Amino acid sequence: MVGIFDFFKSRPQKSAQTAKERLLIIVAQQRGERGTPDYIPRLKKELLEVIRKYVNVDPGAVQVNVQKEGEQELLELSVVLPDKEDD
Amino acid sequence: MSEVIVVTSGKGGVGKTTSSASIACGFARRGKKVAVVDFDIGLRNLDLIMGCERRVVYDFVNVINNDCSLKQAMIKDKRFDNLSVLAASQTRDKDALTQEGVERVLNEMRESFDIIICDSPAGIERGAHLAMYYADRAVVVVNPEVSSVRDSDRVLGLLSSKTDRAEKGTGSIREHLLLTRYSPERVATGDMLSVGDVEEILGLTVIGVIPESQSVLAASNAGVPVILDEASIAGQAYDDAVARMCGDELPMRFIDMAKKGLFKRIFGS
Repeated sequence: MVGIFDFFKSRPQKSAQTAKERLLIIVAQQRGERGTPDYIPRLKKELLEVIRKYVNVDPGAVQVNVQKEGEQELLELSVVLPDKEDD
Repeated sequence: MSEVIVVTSGKGGVGKTTSSASIACGFARRGKKVAVVDFDIGLRNLDLIMGCERRVVYDFVNVINNDCSLKQAMIKDKRFDNLSVLAASQTRDKDALTQEGVERVLNEMRESFDIIICDSPAGIERGAHLAMYYADRAVVVVNPEVSSVRDSDRVLGLLSSKTDRAEKGTGSIREHLLLTRYSPERVATGDMLSVGDVEEILGLTVIGVIPESQSVLAASNAGVPVILDEASIAGQAYDDAVARMCGDELPMRFIDMAKKGLFKRIFGS
């Protein structure tokens, strides 16, 4: 029975609102990746292979970013080495 | 000055060919000399939507391979003598379109047409890439649905980087969003993304909103672009979109649900 009290119940979010929130996030992420050179994924994979010859690092331990600073493009590379105790 | 306009989307089935055919007719009706080109090699369909499928003799790949002249391959529309169609080839060779060939044909078209509409295939492979590569303007067809919106953002990224204008730095492509299959009723109940939602997500305003309508299927069944159906709201919405592409300022129609009276709201419809 639909009563006056149902009006005050919190209603589930409408699906269009969910769609919008999900799209805003994924589109922002896609745009962040735009303009980065196509070779970045390959570079990352090869670097990881080389580093793994010497240290056993996680696949997620290598971060490669391209940043624009005025006229210059900066390739930023960061590798998180495992704790010494883990060796 | 001639203009090359690509109609693209990324996702398939959103209404690229329907939109290409109607936009082409809309410009032709305004007196422009128009060519509309099917870039979907292997899956020719624009000819069916335009209603000239039985008059295809030569196709796009024949022109590229110099098997015939451009003039021989262009099919004159029966309704507008200033409108011509270039059909896609049915070959399965995906390398049949070459970049040099496409450039040569489009340049030749620029000499005799004001508006050249390139109907892109779905996806972001070779055919879609070449359809957008030489464009001056782009119409990105999008449905109010998650996968279509995401794909159109990918396509907008490609338009700003993988085109002749982007690579040579000769100015950016003018981008238009065309929202199709819109249902104001479902937007009102919160089950469909609204015009404002799509504009906010993609950061672009729409050039037109085409309401979901039975007349679109009826038009393709008959081979008469829906813009020529004066009684159809989808047809009227396409005509508004073309008017806006020509620079007219028109309010958006058919985006609000027909308002129910107080009586109907209380006692139901």
